[in-house]
Amino acid sequence: MLNKNPAWRYVLVIGMLLLALVYALPNLYPEDPALNISATRGGTVAEQTRSQLEQSFRAANIAAKSVVLEEGQIRARFNSTEDQLQAREIANQQLGANFITALNLTPATPDWLSAIGATPMNLGLDLRGGVHFLLAVDMKAALDKNLNDLVQTFRADLREDKIRYRTVQADIDHSQVQITFRSTGDIVAAEAALRKRDRELVFTTGSDNLTLLVGLSEIRLKEIREYALEQNITIIRNRVNEIGVAEPLVQRQGTDRIVVQLPGVQDTAQAKEILGATASLEFRLVDTDGDLAAALEGRVPPNSELYYSRDGRPVLLEKRIMLTGDHITGASSGYDEYSRPQVNIKLDAKGGTLLSASTKDTIGRRMASVFIEYKPGTETGADGNPVLIKQQEVINDATIQARLGRDFVITGIDSPAEAQNLATLLRAGALIAPIQIIEERTIGPSLGKENIELGITAIQWGMAAVLLFMALYYKAFGMVANVALVANLVLMVGMMSLIPGATLTLPGMAGIVLTVGMAVDANVLIFERIREELLEGRSVQQAIHHGYDRAFATIADSNITTLLVALVLFGIGTGPVKGFAVTLAIGILTSIFTAVVGTRLLVNLIWGGRRVQSLPI
Amino acid sequence: MQVFNFAKPLNFMRLKWAAVVLSTFLVLGSFTSIAINGINWGLDFTGGTVIEVGFAKPADLVAVRQTLTDAGYEDAVVQLFGTSRDVLIRIPLRPDIAQAVVGDTVLQALNSQQAEAVTMRRVEFVGPSVGEELKQDGGLAMLMALLGILAYVAMRFEWRLSVGAVASLAHDVILTLGLFSVLQLEFDLTVLAAILALIGYSINDTIVVFDRIRESFRKLREATVAETINDAITSTLNRTVITSLTTVLVLVVLFYMGGALIHGFATALLFGIAIGTYSSVYVASAIAEILGISREDMLPPPPVDKESEGTGAF
Repeated sequence: MLNKNPAWRYVLVIGMLLLALVYALPNLYPEDPALNISATRGGTVAEQTRSQLEQSFRAANIAAKSVVLEEGQIRARFNSTEDQLQAREIANQQLGANFITALNLTPATPDWLSAIGATPMNLGLDLRGGVHFLLAVDMKAALDKNLNDLVQTFRADLREDKIRYRTVQADIDHSQVQITFRSTGDIVAAEAALRKRDRELVFTTGSDNLTLLVGLSEIRLKEIREYALEQNITIIRNRVNEIGVAEPLVQRQGTDRIVVQLPGVQDTAQAKEILGATASLEFRLVDTDGDLAAALEGRVPPNSELYYSRDGRPVLLEKRIMLTGDHITGASSGYDEYSRPQVNIKLDAKGGTLLSASTKDTIGRRMASVFIEYKPGTETGADGNPVLIKQQEVINDATIQARLGRDFVITGIDSPAEAQNLATLLRAGALIAPIQIIEERTIGPSLGKENIELGITAIQWGMAAVLLFMALYYKAFGMVANVALVANLVLMVGMMSLIPGATLTLPGMAGIVLTVGMAVDANVLIFERIREELLEGRSVQQAIHHGYDRAFATIADSNITTLLVALVLFGIGTGPVKGFAVTLAIGILTSIFTAVVGTRLLVNLIWGGRRVQSLPI
Repeated sequence: MQVFNFAKPLNFMRLKWAAVVLSTFLVLGSFTSIAINGINWGLDFTGGTVIEVGFAKPADLVAVRQTLTDAGYEDAVVQLFGTSRDVLIRIPLRPDIAQAVVGDTVLQALNSQQAEAVTMRRVEFVGPSVGEELKQDGGLAMLMALLGILAYVAMRFEWRLSVGAVASLAHDVILTLGLFSVLQLEFDLTVLAAILALIGYSINDTIVVFDRIRESFRKLREATVAETINDAITSTLNRTVITSLTTVLVLVVLFYMGGALIHGFATALLFGIAIGTYSSVYVASAIAEILGISREDMLPPPPVDKESEGTGAF
């Protein structure tokens, strides 16, 4: 007999639905207002701090649902936003400047669901509120800086090889360095000498035969751009962590863009300030002869300057700069042979020479790394932009053990976290290319909430309208299609929650509504086909069988083309539109499954494999 | 219950020249409007700043405008957005001001000048380069989608049908752009998304008709090409109408309940689906017929034989 369900079909459909249902469940639980507390600059939070906070909350009559220490952060959940805000006040007073408190909403997913990795859907910024920045890295500045460095290097190299030149200057407009000579013989010698040192240079001779034009190879240019972008991302990530945002996103986009998303942040002025700051780094000798006490009273020795370390300790440093951070090409944290944390630093050739010269006679003295940040202040300058304020601090000082070269190590660091942080700061020291905000989208919390409500209402009403229509038009078969439609929604939500990269946005919600309307198409095709087959005089079982059979090719063809469009949309879209493409694509896949496999299961179960005179279709 | 129940196939192809004339007229009209009126590009494409603020009471637009003029933004456009308490402020790009801070300064000005505090609902700033790129990327995306469909349909069906399908999609896109140009509706990123979704929806419709045309060619051995196409369109008409109806249903819901941000999206799709339903019946098939599609083109060898069709189904 036709139209009997094989066992695998039950297993497949019921299995898929159960899976989707379980993973869709976390979306039903509300979110708790919560407080995230982390230590600044990679420090750790002690259990003692946690218990103190818990006591303070209790003393202030704030009922915390839980106060736990997870992944080096304290997470406290509350019943209401009032409690949450009050708790932040208390935490800020008690903990001071070394801790960052961030407000956020933590999903109240039960433990058994979190244990299997079930989490609610990611909500886009247009639904949860927050700020989105698109930053462009100024690659021209990175290249210009590189050219200027080349000028210095060439002068040194030519002098070393005793090749006489007239001038060496950067030609910024043409991205090359211009070297002029007195004789053609010198040009040939210079080209050979420079080529030997750096294989990634491109040489051309000027029309007067006395000028050598040196450019950079494509590979080198790409390296410079990549490095500038990667470095900016590292710095921004570091800074964003300092703002105290619960789930920030810092991501590269294309060849010279960075996307920064800060959920929940409303004060864009502050966020911009932090993103816009530029940093640099200097190495200086510690002035151990100078009188620190006297300096603190204002009598600073003439060749020294007074600095403060991060924990507020005063340090007297020599005015002479041994090395600037722009010579650092790499910094990484690691361990020495006694598993003590350390930071490995790599310098460029010129930096190596400079440091080697300046540490020749200073072995045994202490060297300090000074971190300098330029942050926009509250005052505005003539150009309408905030005036930059210079902030300097000593991030580390250590004894010079031997004459240093291109690779050296900083030891005497407290913890691996500290080493890692120092490495990041050192890398951040030489910000090669400035960044510029080219797009900013801030969504207030009220609008985000409203958008969610609007989206849910639209889904509910859209769904109701379609369900009613299908039930009226196709009767019992319509009810089967309706079951499939509801199952499709569950599957979609389950899939969206399961796929880590899928984010629900307002256009995404519109996409769900649209999918609800379009998902019945497959069933309409099948049902119309069954009707036709019945009209042509086939038996009920034959009609069902052929109806599904014939409609499938059409359903597959038409949906593959729609999927193609969704992929294109995903490719070009940003943020909300990408979210729309994701829901559209997922909706197509799940709707084919429910409309074809799912309804066949029900139809076979109800009408299949037995004598039926007519179909309620 | 059934919407249509025809004993004989309707003669759709009788009207094919009328359809060609109508569509050509509409396409030319759209182009003319786009050339004369242009398209009202939204912030996503033009760059600039948009600030949406909420007031506790119905907003006094005159006062808001005055505040903005005092703050140095004489060129700001102020209008209500959705409700009488929501105000949308647009500030175009200007070389002489630092763009990234416009949002903050405007909010400050409003908060200090207005009697009551306003709530920030959203601030969006888009730089000049971003918008220009988006126009290019959007155009490229539409082109890629159309080319992909052209290739897929040519592979699965026949080149004449493929040309017909893509022509009908281009027709839908151009008419929707035309509508946005004539009514001067704002064309933002969600509208672009809607137009791409429309391409997806419309091709869906067209493929269903094409599939039936292929089948009818096999079934009706004696019929002429026009009769075959008429038969295919008639037998899929119920499905075409019902699917359009359910989709229109949800779009009407979106239009009225989806909020102001989704308005353009719903408008583009509502109009596009009406046009798309017409074009997949008339434009796609009529062009294939005019290009001279014949039974021989569709039959040997059948792109999908009965056997493989059977194994693919459930």
